[in-house]
Amino acid sequence: MKLLYFAWVRERIGLPEEDVTPPAHVATVADLIAWLTPRSPGHAVAFVDPARLRAAVDQAFVALDAPIGEAHEVAIFPPVTGG
Amino acid sequence: MIRILVSREPIDPAAEMAALEQGGAVATFTGLVRADDGVATLELEHYPGATEAALTRLAEDATARWPLAAATIVHRVGPMTAGERIVFVGTCSAHRQAALEACAFLIDRLKTDAPFWKRETVGEKTRWVEARAADDDAAARWR
Repeated sequence: MKLLYFAWVRERIGLPEEDVTPPAHVATVADLIAWLTPRSPGHAVAFVDPARLRAAVDQAFVALDAPIGEAHEVAIFPPVTGG
Repeated sequence: MIRILVSREPIDPAAEMAALEQGGAVATFTGLVRADDGVATLELEHYPGATEAALTRLAEDATARWPLAAATIVHRVGPMTAGERIVFVGTCSAHRQAALEACAFLIDRLKTDAPFWKRETVGEKTRWVEARAADDDAAARWR
């Protein structure tokens, strides 16, 4: 599974993207964030407050309790600020 | 009739507006980089592919809700300075009400539904712009 990070999530983690293979118990975006949190100090800082995070699964915006299923691409980012 | 463009190049509103003239009423909105709090430069990050898809979906939603002859969304990304155009939204319909409402819908929903992130530079400091609750409220009135 390809993970994409944007804005301050990307900066805190120090990577724009990475490939991971989550274990079977990681069923939702929230599970994925919890599983990624101990991956590095940067991940821990980026994911310290999941309420401030938003996500997209295969480029569709979803709530954090959405299943990740067989997704190819999951993006994790702050609330958007375009316009 | 739907035109979506995400580009690092400056926006040309005159050309965009002229291309929208396909019916009796054209409504447009242009957003400029504000110099609030001494902001000198703004950097726009986006999610390539997903951004264009989100904007296309928004324009399709607008054409499903109002009888539009044309809808255009142009959003700039990359670095820009105070006073530069950051977003252009335009609609064309037979009559003004549909054009005006659809134009407001597009800019309100763009603010909450499209993956863009602003980073401001003030003096030597940079900061990511926080999402505003007022933008959520503005988008919610169209749901």
